[in-house]
Amino acid sequence: MVRNFPPDFVVRVDKEACINCMRCIRECPFGVHEYDKEKKRWKRHHDKCVACLRCAYMCPTQAISIERSPMEYSPHPVWTNRVRKDIKTQAETGAVILTAMGNELPYMSYFDRLVLDACQVTNPSIDPLREPMELRTYIGRKPEKVEIEEEDSSIRLRTKLAPNLKLETPIMFAHMSYGSISIEAHLSMARAAKEVGTYMGTGEGGMHVELYPYADHIITQVASGRFAVHEEYLKRGAAIEIKIGQGAKPGIGGHLPGKKVTEEISRTRMIPEGSDAISPAPHHDIYSIEDLSRLIYALKEATRYKKPVFVKIAAVHNVAPIAVGIIRAGADAVVIDGFRAGTGAAPQVHRDHHGIPIEAAIASVDRRLREEGIRHWGSIIASGGIRSSADVAKAIALGADAVYIGTAALIALGCTVCKKCYTGKCAWGIATQDPELRKRLDPEEGARRAANLLRAWSHELKEILGALGLNSIESLRSNRDRLRGVGLSEPELRVLGVKPAGE
Amino acid sequence: MEIPLRKARVSREDEFVVIDAKGVHYRELNELINELVERGERKLRLLNVNGQRYIADGLRCSDCYIEIHGVAGDDLAAFANGPTIVVYGDVQDGAGNTMNAGRIIVHGNGTDIIGHSMRGGEIFVRGHVGYRVGIHMKEYREQVPVLVVGGTAGDFLGEYMAGGRIVILGLERLETYPEIAGEWLATGIHGGAIYLRDEVDEDKLGYGAKTERLSHSDRRFLSEAVGKFCSCFSLNAEEVLNAEFTKVVPKSHRPFAEMYSDSKEG
Amino acid sequence: MLQKLSCTGYVRMCGLGGILNRYGERMPGREIIRMSCMMRDRYDGRGGGFAGYGIYPRYAEYYALHLFFRDEIAKERTEELLKDRVAIIKDEPVPMRRVKEIPQENIVWRYFVEVPHRFRDRREYLEKEEDYITELVFTINDCIDGAFVASSGKNMGVFKATGMPDAVAEMYKVEKYRAYCWITHGRFPTNTPGWWGGAHPFNLLDWSVVHNGEISSYGTNRRYLEAHGYKCRLLTDTEVVAYLFDLLVRRQGLSMRTAAVALTPPFWKQIERMPEPKRSAFTALRMTYSQAMLNGPFAVIITNRDTMVGLNDRIKLRPLIAASSEDCVYLASEEAAIREVENDIEKLWAPRAGNPVIARLNEEVREEVIH
Ligand code: SF4
Ligand code: SF4
Repeated sequence: MVRNFPPDFVVRVDKEACINCMRCIRECPFGVHEYDKEKKRWKRHHDKCVACLRCAYMCPTQAISIERSPMEYSPHPVWTNRVRKDIKTQAETGAVILTAMGNELPYMSYFDRLVLDACQVTNPSIDPLREPMELRTYIGRKPEKVEIEEEDSSIRLRTKLAPNLKLETPIMFAHMSYGSISIEAHLSMARAAKEVGTYMGTGEGGMHVELYPYADHIITQVASGRFAVHEEYLKRGAAIEIKIGQGAKPGIGGHLPGKKVTEEISRTRMIPEGSDAISPAPHHDIYSIEDLSRLIYALKEATRYKKPVFVKIAAVHNVAPIAVGIIRAGADAVVIDGFRAGTGAAPQVHRDHHGIPIEAAIASVDRRLREEGIRHWGSIIASGGIRSSADVAKAIALGADAVYIGTAALIALGCTVCKKCYTGKCAWGIATQDPELRKRLDPEEGARRAANLLRAWSHELKEILGALGLNSIESLRSNRDRLRGVGLSEPELRVLGVKPAGE
Repeated sequence: MEIPLRKARVSREDEFVVIDAKGVHYRELNELINELVERGERKLRLLNVNGQRYIADGLRCSDCYIEIHGVAGDDLAAFANGPTIVVYGDVQDGAGNTMNAGRIIVHGNGTDIIGHSMRGGEIFVRGHVGYRVGIHMKEYREQVPVLVVGGTAGDFLGEYMAGGRIVILGLERLETYPEIAGEWLATGIHGGAIYLRDEVDEDKLGYGAKTERLSHSDRRFLSEAVGKFCSCFSLNAEEVLNAEFTKVVPKSHRPFAEMYSDSKEG
Repeated sequence: MLQKLSCTGYVRMCGLGGILNRYGERMPGREIIRMSCMMRDRYDGRGGGFAGYGIYPRYAEYYALHLFFRDEIAKERTEELLKDRVAIIKDEPVPMRRVKEIPQENIVWRYFVEVPHRFRDRREYLEKEEDYITELVFTINDCIDGAFVASSGKNMGVFKATGMPDAVAEMYKVEKYRAYCWITHGRFPTNTPGWWGGAHPFNLLDWSVVHNGEISSYGTNRRYLEAHGYKCRLLTDTEVVAYLFDLLVRRQGLSMRTAAVALTPPFWKQIERMPEPKRSAFTALRMTYSQAMLNGPFAVIITNRDTMVGLNDRIKLRPLIAASSEDCVYLASEEAAIREVENDIEKLWAPRAGNPVIARLNEEVREEVIH
């Protein structure tokens, strides 16, 4: 049977500019470029190209350009090219379609339908470059009230505070495991987090020894596979996150194929080299909320109540009562991962069809926690598809305390969102364990870029606060009065708790 | 209970026209002042002033001399161009706002944003001043505004300062805030200089500000400005000048140049 | 016109003033009216008001409810509710004059009430008497269309309406009352319809607030208060200030000074410079009360039965002047307003950003240095 499968991209090479240096062959991890030495002829396997653009940027004469393939199936609004290709792939292989990065279907983004307020005349905007502007955020449980002992001018605290993480900016690097990404990527983010005064998550793959110097800015993760979970690991990090689910694949587990379990990964995860690392869909010691509470307290006990414990869930339909249950179960923060969240590998069907938008999830979790009078028991960390400082500001105005960024951080490190992380062949040295490919990411330069991204967003956040006439991020949290919806329906506005523009 | 507004009572005392401003609305008071000046009067004495705003606003008259007894209201001499104003009492917010030329001499205290965006002339305040004093003061060609304060200043002194000179003498100190100036001193400064007759804690400095040694020309400027100030309030200039001063200046004239990037730039 | 509207809109440039007689001697309303009139250029006549403490000595132990009714129906319905919930000791119209500047839109009535014993023991009612009255106030404001509780404290009352403060004073005969503490407010609202309930002072129980500026953190504060059972149903952001003090001081037992630390905390940079144990205390207050923090340009005067507090925002974007004489403590937006009524000022100063000026009966006034 003919494989009638048009390629997504075509590789165009300017023959005059090409000097036959063969560089592109070495640069492309996907085997697109091929040179027949005998016939002295080039062959390009267009169908293998993922448009990572590596070869184009490495070609010394800039001879290569990657274009979208002009060849497509006859247009059809329902039977799109993608649908047809998926069916053909599955007919050929009988397999689940695997993909990476975030949801690709054209769902509307609520962030793009929300606009921020600004001061005009009646209240002065504040100039953040010159006036104090505070982004510091504490993540963790707060008391209902503080008891203070006062004598004349001296003042002493009598309430004992639960441990909190101190963030100098309300943006953290999301959990992405060592194994799914390289140590160079981890190191870049760890250094940047420490430099800027925020945190990164280890993901479920443990903490490589090279990260130890940054451990006080690292959040460790306890996932269903319990890889690397060890008393020392827990005590080393700044906080612990129990991962129940993730936005890109709610309700399903994970799988790091044995071929990626190198010696170093085996040591870090504490599993045999070359064996598959399987994360079950649920934690098999958590079948209900009481069990979650038991695990939370087991972790707190093991770390002598010195580390805040977070619980991460995917944003699903019932997210509000679940989050309330998590907070009541003793979590110091609930991490909500929206349906746009990225991943290193996920079945396409899950990535694209499960879960709800983070915007709606934040709004309803914040509201429910307030209704129950327990908003201060725990913080809300939002993640999944945060693309800019504006998204951060809107997430906070909807009720989040802080956000995690994953994809955005990787883009800062050089990722071009080619969506091939699961192949382990990342051309930019990020989602790979291949020693040759890993050399492409210099952790020093990576750290600089990741820190710069945080700094730039922080500056922008300050500018946003200034325009809102606020000088502290706390005053934006849940301040939905400073948001308006554009082109949203009544029920959507109700869920988000915002008014339509003009009202 | 209605409190009726009164008409101003006007009389003459030597070369002064004396206006009793008690209970007079500012509109009437200022109209009267403008009318008198237009008729050629050059010396005015305002009695019982209490909070009337905009006195001498936009007044263009370099040989006018206006005495104010009482509390001058907001925006005293805003946009003024030339007059000399002596206040025997306090001034409220915004005295000397965007003033172009002239002189304000205040025997009492001042509140916030004194000398806001001032472009020329002099303001001498004998007592203390409030927040954001000298904010966005600037100079233009040969115009260099000067603001001298005998007491202390609140936070954000010389914010965004783009030119001109501020001198804080700290001759008297507040019980609660003994420092010569508050926090975020000179934040966003990108021109001009502030002289403080005391040491300044480094972490009180705002963004883009630094301290610097005094040069000869600084000393010359100080002896001139402080000399004038002292003669207004019968103080001994030599004694006042005989102290260590700290000079605060901008680190750069474009302190925020690196803050912005073009999305296309690498 | 009384309507139920959601909490939006802000009060902008306004003038405020307050006098507290340190020895608790009662002063006629004349002074406060003069103070208010001195700042008339700050108002546009769409709201003015006064609150006086000590005005009802004969009924001092009862809650004095000042109510606005749009019509007789609203009044009847409110009275039904009152009869069900509290014992009415006395009720009467608030004496009024007709003034041409203010159309007589509302029936203004006062009730002196107490919580009867039979209710005090009933488990389904809230434990504390004050919470019980709070609940009653919220119920009237919330559920009875055309009724609004202007004040609900003991031995005090709020007089407010749409109009210039002097006309409001004239209408309510404010000069005839004698109080040991008075506060006043003239309003220049920008985008809220002027209505009587929306004028200042705002009151809940003994707390009254007048406010100049804007609480830009209003949405955050409101959600924080709602999580603690408060209902923000008025037309301005000022009410959150009254409720925050009620929550922090009355319900949670913080001192006025510590409450001020929670509401206008120093910047982190300043907290870091503090010595221990102060630093830990301030850090904990900021962490815990981050949602209570008031942000935006404002100056407020807050009063209860024995205290008057003036407070400015953290970077002092609105004016506030404090002064004291032998007998009295003054707070005002402008120095001139104080000088208008007091010739023998002992001390006059501009408090620093975020520092509360606390004047208490029988005590020296102090500016608490928290910044
Ligand atoms: S996959 Fe990447 S490196 Fe390979 S041809 Fe395509 S763009 Fe070039
Ligand atoms: S991490 Fe690498 S493989 Fe994954 S999308 Fe980015 S560039 Fe592609």
